[in-house]
Amino acid sequence: MSSLLIKGARVVDPAAKLDAVRDVLIRDRRIARVEKSITDKKARIIKAKDHVVVPGLIDLHCHLRDPGRPDEETIETGSQAAIAGGFTSIYCMPNTDPVIDNEGIVNYIYKEAARVDLCNVFPIAAITKGREGKELTEFAELLRAGARAFSDDGDSVADNNVFRHALEYSKAFNVPIFEHPIDKALAQDGLMNEGLVSTRLGLRGSPAIAEEHSVARDLLLAKFTGARVHLCHISTKGAVELIRRAKKEGVRVTCETCPHYFYFNDEVIESFDANYKVNPPIRTEADRQAILEGLKDGTIDCIATDHAPHCQAEKEVEFANAPYGMIGFETAVSLVVMELIGKHKMTWLDVIKKMTVVPAGITGEKAGSINLGTTANVTIISPDTRWQVTEGSIRSRSKNTPHLGKELKGRVTHVVCRGKVKYSFDGK
Amino acid sequence: MNPKKDLIGIERLTADEIYQYLDLADNFIEVLARPIPIVPALRGKTVLTLFFEASTRTQISFSIAAKRLSADVVSFSQATSSVKKGETLLDTARNIEAMKVDGVVIRHSAPGAALFLGQRLDAFVINAGDGTHEHPTQGLLDMMTMRQHFRDLKKLKVLIIGDVTHSRVARSNIFGLRTVGARVAICAPPTLIPLEIENLGVEVYNNLDEIIGDFDVVMALRIQLERQGTGLFPSVREYRACYGLTKERVMRMKAKSIIMHPGPTNRGVEIDPDVADSKKSVILEQVKNGVALRMAVLFIHAGGKIE
Repeated sequence: MSSLLIKGARVVDPAAKLDAVRDVLIRDRRIARVEKSITDKKARIIKAKDHVVVPGLIDLHCHLRDPGRPDEETIETGSQAAIAGGFTSIYCMPNTDPVIDNEGIVNYIYKEAARVDLCNVFPIAAITKGREGKELTEFAELLRAGARAFSDDGDSVADNNVFRHALEYSKAFNVPIFEHPIDKALAQDGLMNEGLVSTRLGLRGSPAIAEEHSVARDLLLAKFTGARVHLCHISTKGAVELIRRAKKEGVRVTCETCPHYFYFNDEVIESFDANYKVNPPIRTEADRQAILEGLKDGTIDCIATDHAPHCQAEKEVEFANAPYGMIGFETAVSLVVMELIGKHKMTWLDVIKKMTVVPAGITGEKAGSINLGTTANVTIISPDTRWQVTEGSIRSRSKNTPHLGKELKGRVTHVVCRGKVKYSFDGK
Repeated sequence: MNPKKDLIGIERLTADEIYQYLDLADNFIEVLARPIPIVPALRGKTVLTLFFEASTRTQISFSIAAKRLSADVVSFSQATSSVKKGETLLDTARNIEAMKVDGVVIRHSAPGAALFLGQRLDAFVINAGDGTHEHPTQGLLDMMTMRQHFRDLKKLKVLIIGDVTHSRVARSNIFGLRTVGARVAICAPPTLIPLEIENLGVEVYNNLDEIIGDFDVVMALRIQLERQGTGLFPSVREYRACYGLTKERVMRMKAKSIIMHPGPTNRGVEIDPDVADSKKSVILEQVKNGVALRMAVLFIHAGGKIE
């Protein structure tokens, strides 16, 4: 069998608390050796001086639009984008058409991901049939088919009693419920965060309280039921504070945020560029600072992309008429490198933890480390490489990102998934 | 003056830019008083008025303004709801670009629609109202009218009454008046006041009777009758009782104060008929000034030369 030797890189493996220059040898698709200096004359060598080698990144929250919207994304194009962004495992949300609420769709996703053979794709099944918020899906059967979590993402499970039962029922399987916290009545179909900027622009606002009200409810029910809840894309100061307090009380809660919530504040909406329109909306600078604080003190467990492809015809319209969402696979590492590690001086170990071993722990995936003997999932990053985001560079079928045309710093150069090099950066 | 290509909103204008529009508009008032009120300033230029939202007077005002400057005017109006499918704004932009008009005046229900068009056209774009965002020519003509009555806008105290959350007129007035240094207050039920508006330098009141005597200008905003029943205020009757400009309230206003309204008025709701027609009311002056102000805007953005 062939061997691969990654030479001279800084290896950051949070699971092993390792941050040191090491050589990494992959043989027979497994991590064979991690040592100060390895020579293996037969191995293919990747010279990785000044690069950082991390466990393959794990994204707990993405939308692949498959089945249903091949014009926006497919498992194939989504996997291409994910692997180029350094992700070796991605978890796709069930708001597809048809919804991932039965064994057949779960099987389809695995089959298609295997055919594409790039990153691992794990389906998140719907909590309720058709994501209608009424009747629970067949958790046991969906888990047997391979669903890794449950979520009605896109919507909160609005009915308190249905959500209570979903949490209770999930305990039988120790599976996390991924909740999209939003109180729809308070959100009023808001187009952006409600505050000074929405007041100036005259755009209908979705207030922070719409998220926080729902977070509070979710935490209360998680505490009451003793079940595990994972709160998706946390974006407000108040939500971070609620979660921080609940964790101290021992509530079994984990949460994620997305790069756009720590990178942007709502002043970007002054451009009326619909690529900034996301749900929950990009919040104020005070919220952004609180998100950064929550990332630093561990209140926020992981970083997910909420990769949400939309085609140009849908996005290049009046702000009010555009759908919510931006793509995120291919820019996440750059934004993390620039903002969290560069500007806010978080350590590589702290940041990479939130994209590897912690998300793996939430879903129980046996990945997220560079342990000897484990299947090799490895991402190599050049932190200082600058690159241009262009329509041509984006592998996702949709190009809806506000970073289009911008120069970013920090580039994934190679990705090894299941022991094989699945991506290498060609300089474009 | 070398203006930006488009006029999207007053928020981005400097005080100097605002006064340049107002000064030129004052000059055009003189033109409009001539027996033949036409100047050849924009001869050979084509202006398209593109109204995706019902409006009679703004579109007429722009058309007259363009014709007084000898421009050719093409008017298009089609009320579309924001969700109605049809030709997209992007297609509209491309079509306009292909037809080579010099300027576009756009009214649209979506905030940002004028900016969207302006970014995609070489032609200059004038925002004639984009949803609840801005209505810059209305704001400017209101300031023009105020200045005719009070000379120094810096010393002016202006009160805006009504649904500020949903009012592009209120926004444009607030931005413009604050930029030139006027004092601006709003008065409305708390449900019609957008969050953090005080951070724009605006005083916020809820009780009209306590404050109406302090202001030089009292501007009533149109209450959208369809807002009734959305939980923002209980009834039109209660709104009128608390915030309507009635004769009794007007009697408590300052002696030399004026009453403004961007129109069209809901008589008997935000303003009583006898108040709208009273001596304090300058509503028709606003309409008249609107033509001169829009001439100034078109002239400046079409690159006309001042003689």
